[in-house]
Amino acid sequence: MMEFVAQVGETVTDSLAYVGALASLVTRASYYAFIAPFQGKNSRWPGAVSQAMAVGVRALPILSLITFFIGLILALQSAYELRKLGALSYVASAVAISMTRELGPLITAILVIGRSGSAFAAEIGTMRVTEEIDALETMAIEPVDFLVTPKFLAMIVMMPCLTMWANSMGILGGALFGVARADFTWARYIRSSLDALLMRDITTGLIKSVMFGITITAVGCHEGFSTGGGAEEIGRSTTQAVVISIFLVIAVDLVFTALFFFAGER
Amino acid sequence: MPENAKDSAQAGPVISVRDLRVQYGEREILHGINFDVERAQTLVILGGSGSGKSTLLRTLVGLEKPSAGQVWMKGQDLAKTSRTEMDEIRKKIGMSFQGGALFGSMTVGQNVALPLREHTNLEDSTIEIIVRLKLDQVGLAGFEYYMPSELSGGMKKRAAVARALAMDPEILFFDEPSAGLDPIIAAGIDHLILQLKKAFHMTVIVVTHELASAFLIADRMVLIDKGQIVEFGTKEEMRSSTHPRVRQFLDRVPEPEVSQELDYLQMLTEDTRNTGRMAGWRRGA
Repeated sequence: MMEFVAQVGETVTDSLAYVGALASLVTRASYYAFIAPFQGKNSRWPGAVSQAMAVGVRALPILSLITFFIGLILALQSAYELRKLGALSYVASAVAISMTRELGPLITAILVIGRSGSAFAAEIGTMRVTEEIDALETMAIEPVDFLVTPKFLAMIVMMPCLTMWANSMGILGGALFGVARADFTWARYIRSSLDALLMRDITTGLIKSVMFGITITAVGCHEGFSTGGGAEEIGRSTTQAVVISIFLVIAVDLVFTALFFFAGER
Repeated sequence: MPENAKDSAQAGPVISVRDLRVQYGEREILHGINFDVERAQTLVILGGSGSGKSTLLRTLVGLEKPSAGQVWMKGQDLAKTSRTEMDEIRKKIGMSFQGGALFGSMTVGQNVALPLREHTNLEDSTIEIIVRLKLDQVGLAGFEYYMPSELSGGMKKRAAVARALAMDPEILFFDEPSAGLDPIIAAGIDHLILQLKKAFHMTVIVVTHELASAFLIADRMVLIDKGQIVEFGTKEEMRSSTHPRVRQFLDRVPEPEVSQELDYLQMLTEDTRNTGRMAGWRRGA
C-alpha cells in the first residue's frame, strides 16, 4: 500500500517536473523571440520563415483533404439526427460551430504533431547524438535560441493560419453534403454557416490553436534535447514526443474549453 | 609572447586545471586532475577508452560542470563565470568534435560562416571572404557549397576545423582528430594542426589515443588512466617514463586476460561511463 502511494507521488512529481521543464523552455524561447532582439541579439525571424514553410505551407494539401472529409462526415452524422426532426437546414450551423470551436483546431494540432512535432524531436535528437548541440554551445550559440525560437515563432504564427484554413475546408466539406442532399445552394450554405457563427466561436478556436502550437513545439523540442545516445534513442524520443503532445494538446483543449465555457456563462 | 607581456592576466598559463573532479550522477569520472597549459603549446591528452580523457576535454570547454576543483581559462575560473563571460571565453576558443558535428542542414560555407553571423556585424561579402580563407587554410578551397553529407570523413573533419577557426580562436580543442580516418588522411590532419600552431601560435589541446600522431604534434603530453593523471611531461619524459601504465600504453601491451568473473563484472561497469554521460546530458537540457 505504501509502495503504491509512493509510486503515485513519484509519478505526480515527475509529471510536474516535466511540465515545469516545458514551461521553462517556452519562457526561454519567448525571451529569445521577443526580448533578446531588442538587446542587440540576432532576430530569429529569418529562420522562422523557412520553419513556417515546413510547418505551415507544406501541411496545406493534406490538411485540406482531411478537414474537408471531416466536414463532410460531420454533416452526415448531424444530418442523421436532424433528419428525424425535419431540421436538415441546421446542418450548416452544426458543422460550422463544431468545426470552428473544436474540430478545426484539434485536427490541425493532431496533424501538426504528426508532421512537425515528431520532426522537431527527431531533428534536435539527431543533433544531440552527433554532438551538434555541443558544438553550438562551444560556439557560444544558445541552442534554445538557435533551434527552438524559430520553430516557436513559426508555430505561433502558422497554427492559427492552418486552423482558419481547416475551418474553411471543413465548412466546404459540409457544403458538399448540403448541396447534394439538403436542398442548399453553395451560396446559401455558406451564408447560413456564417450567420450561425459568432466571432467568439472563431477566436476561441484560434486562441486554442496558438496554445496547441506552443505545446507541440515545447514537447517536440524538449524530447529532442533529452535524447540519449544512439539511433534507437532518437526513435524513442520521436514516439514520446507524439504521444505526450497528443495527450497534452487534449489536456490544454479541456482547460481552455472549460475556461471559455465558464467565462461565457457570466 | 612578447606582444602579450603587458597584459598581466595572460602572462601565466592559458589553462590551469586544479584538483578537478567530475561526476556523472553517483559515478566520479575524474578524480582530482592538475595541470597547466602554456601559451602556444600543444598538449596531447592520451588515454585509453573510458579513461576519462573525453570528459576532461568536455569539462575544459565548459560542456560538463566540475563537481569539485577549478578550471582556469585565461585567468578566469569557469565555474564562477556568468553566462555572458562564458560566451566571451567561448568566442576565443574553437573546438573540433570527433565526428565533425557539422550542421547537416547547412552547406559547408554556411557552417563556417555561422559563428561569424552570430557574433559579428560583418557584411555578407566580408564573411564570404573569411569563409573562403578558412576553407583554404584547411585545404578545402571551393567546397563552400557542398553539403556535409557529400564530404568524406577526413574532409568533414577539415571543415569542422575551418569552422572552429572562423572566429580566430586563441585556443583550439580537438577531440580524437584522427579517429576513423585512414593513415594518410590522419597524417594530413596532424600536419594541419602543426601548421596552425606554427602560423598562428595557437594553444592546441588534443585528445587522442593514436600514439604516432601524439608524438608528432605534442609539446607536452599527459596520460590519463581511470580518471587520474599517470604521467605529465614532454615527449622525451614520456618516452623515458618507467611508470608501468605508461609503459603498457606506449608499448601497446594488452590487458591481462580476464579470468575472474568479478574482474569481468568490473570491466563491464567501467563501460557504463557512457550511460552516465547521457544522464548528464539530460540534466543539461
